[in-house]
Amino acid sequence: MTELERHSYDVVVIGAGGAGLRAAIEAREQGKRTAIVCKSLFGKAHTVMAEGGCAAAMGNANSNDNWQVHFRDTMRGGKFLNNWRMAELHAQEAPDRVWELETYGALFDRTPDGRISQRNFGGHTYPRLAHVGDRTGLELIRTLQQKIVSLQQEDFEATGDYEANLKVYAECTVTELLKDGDAISGAFGYWRESGRFILFDAPAVVLATGGVGKSFKVTSNSWEYTGDGHALAMRAGATLINMEFIQFHPTGMVWPPSVKGILVTESVRGDGGVLKNSEGKRFMFDYVPDVFRAQYAETEDEADRWYKDPDNNRRPPELLPRDEVARAINSEVKAGRGTPHGGVFLDVSSRLPAEEITRRLPSMHHQFKELADVDITAEPMEVGPTCHYVMGGVEVDPDTAQSVVPGLFAAGEVAGGMHGSNRLGGNSLSDLLVFGRRAGMGAAMYVDQLGSERPKIAEADIDAAAAEALAPFELEGGENPYSIHQELQQSMNDLVGIIRKEEEMEQALGRLAEFRGRIAKMTVEGHRQFNPGWHLALDLRNMLTVSECVAKAALQRQESRGGHTRDDYPGMNADWRKLLLVCSLDADGGVNVVKKDQIPMRDDLLELFELDELKKYLTDEELPVS
Amino acid sequence: MSYKGKFRVWRGDSEGGELKDYEVEVNEGEVVLDVIHRLQATQAPDLAVRWNCKAGKCGSCSAEVNGMPKLMCMCRMNTFAEDEVVTVTPMRTFPVMRDLVTDVSYNYTKAREIPAFKPPADVKPGEYRMQQVDVERSQEFRKCIECFLCQNTCHVIRDHEENKESFSGPRFLMRIAELDMHPLDAADRQNEAQEQHGLGFCNITKCCTEVCPEHIKITDNALIPMKERVVDRKYDPLVWLGNKIRRRPA
Repeated sequence: MTELERHSYDVVVIGAGGAGLRAAIEAREQGKRTAIVCKSLFGKAHTVMAEGGCAAAMGNANSNDNWQVHFRDTMRGGKFLNNWRMAELHAQEAPDRVWELETYGALFDRTPDGRISQRNFGGHTYPRLAHVGDRTGLELIRTLQQKIVSLQQEDFEATGDYEANLKVYAECTVTELLKDGDAISGAFGYWRESGRFILFDAPAVVLATGGVGKSFKVTSNSWEYTGDGHALAMRAGATLINMEFIQFHPTGMVWPPSVKGILVTESVRGDGGVLKNSEGKRFMFDYVPDVFRAQYAETEDEADRWYKDPDNNRRPPELLPRDEVARAINSEVKAGRGTPHGGVFLDVSSRLPAEEITRRLPSMHHQFKELADVDITAEPMEVGPTCHYVMGGVEVDPDTAQSVVPGLFAAGEVAGGMHGSNRLGGNSLSDLLVFGRRAGMGAAMYVDQLGSERPKIAEADIDAAAAEALAPFELEGGENPYSIHQELQQSMNDLVGIIRKEEEMEQALGRLAEFRGRIAKMTVEGHRQFNPGWHLALDLRNMLTVSECVAKAALQRQESRGGHTRDDYPGMNADWRKLLLVCSLDADGGVNVVKKDQIPMRDDLLELFELDELKKYLTDEELPVS
Repeated sequence: MSYKGKFRVWRGDSEGGELKDYEVEVNEGEVVLDVIHRLQATQAPDLAVRWNCKAGKCGSCSAEVNGMPKLMCMCRMNTFAEDEVVTVTPMRTFPVMRDLVTDVSYNYTKAREIPAFKPPADVKPGEYRMQQVDVERSQEFRKCIECFLCQNTCHVIRDHEENKESFSGPRFLMRIAELDMHPLDAADRQNEAQEQHGLGFCNITKCCTEVCPEHIKITDNALIPMKERVVDRKYDPLVWLGNKIRRRPA
């Protein structure tokens, strides 16, 4: 029998970013004993990296805004591939979730009349992003962290124990989900500090593990983003959708090499920053696609007037959805009009007074000054696309966030569907709050329905999970995980990156198969106490599974849409819009991809769009009969 | 562009350890954390280090570089001469777990002892109204990324384990100031800062402000104003009289 510590909870939340914390708050408020398990320290999750803001149609900055407009923007941004029910719930509930944060103590920037200020962002019709300068993610994570503490203080008052009903297991990694028959029975993991095993006996697990960016070389994501939740879900029998859609954020730093990929917030453009090539040309005017032509300015004069008078002018093309801007930058660099370090120029210095820049974009100013020795109030930045976000994730029921596995829930980046083929900036923080809460509620409801019939953990499953986790120590003389990881990142970047071709993806699949063999034989040195080599070895398995999903789904989808661009199928195809690609694991651990029809959009939601716009996306049979 | 840098890194655990010498490749534009990562990938795969964002936003990679408390991700290699030995040690105020990783649970314990934001009873969600100028004071303190470098450098606890019990440190005294300056917080913070969290220990040497990677003026904008508020109240004749009357036995 494996030696380990055991804990029993109603709900276990894996991940302590925005979605995980909001889910845990909800589950605890619904009276469920809840654990939060996270790989880093409490309060360090990747949500802190979100800069621009949290989209919610509160109508503070422009009273014409409402949930219907937000819903339309979200569907357009995702090129209509979104799960429309998720997009609907998201647009409807985001304002309440933001206002709720104020009751937890959040301090957003204000409008002159004292309400929450809202800023412009790519793809959003009106100024919609609640923000705090350019550190909105930090505000969100700290606010939720402090709400957790306040709930623990309530429990302390009542029981004398801060951790009676809500406990954070920090620096603890879950390596396997356990099941009893079809249903979740618990989670198995290890303490990063000691390497000792830990078991959570729990009927409901909420995955809130974020994304998969560490499978790519140039990424804005931290080491934690290894697709753990995606892979755990698949190994537990759940399905993933939309894995071919990866968002390359158009503006990552390109120099110095050690910070290549680190994010430069979209607010730079929202606040007036423009993109120029090495010839000094504002090239985005040449890249407005037909579907968006009506909404975007055709001249620099009109674009510049929009910042002051948005009701009578069209938006600057720098504020197109992220996929469009990323591809445009990619094309400019390929055509030889890039900067010395292989990006394009992003200039805000000639557009705003220096003190305005430091007030609105303090952390960007700081980041460039400290890391690149560039003063953004005086000179342009060099930027280029960076792997930022995965639209794909666990296939869930929109209302409860439950996957196809009873007891397994997912929220935030690890869940799929909400953003379709491309996520709008600002829709991530609101997604975390809306669906974090729904997952917490869904999990609590599920536990209530179970009553006393809790699934049981089999001892054999624990032993198997322990053996799997220790496997990298068993072999001697194999490769070290760092070098395999580097090769995996390079392959995904080169072969399944921003522009894709059939031959290259075939080649990628060949390499992934080879990595699978090498991972089975790798060696980890040292012992189990805080051993980063071992941690990486375990994470690599997950990255490999996720990479296979991305490559296989991308190879199947023969069109270009949002975060999936095929050189060999450059157009958008309405027949493909109706189809989801669903990934699951087969018996020997390989990835299976099957097609599945989308559920047709409800009539009252279809009516929110003009027929002419629908025609750009839907097949003739799908169009409403007028 | 690239050269062999000389590094001395503390290796060990709670039982003890020592500085070990390494020669590692250093490339143009790199920071100390990059070199530590290269060390991990090429020579010391089990070297323990915390890090996340690599952009000065999460506050995970705190350590002491040549004795100065710093975020390793924001410490550029071109601030050292090529032949200079760069010594990297864990934060001294917290117990070592392994190599550069310390046990920072003291901070989480203190965070939990500060009563949370108390929302105003009669204002519904969505009806909060605050002026930008009024939220800005607390917003400065909310820039804190909880790297705990201010806690690490503060002499009240740096070499005085015995003070940890009664002193919450600059980060959490600043948290109290943040709540005290929140326009809508309904709780009383001043007495608690002095009585429960040891504000009186602070003798404003400003070491915390100096090491703050977010450049928050911890001493000038949080700790000193908080001390003034406490003093104003303690020596306010009306408050004094009120306290006397309430304490009188019935």
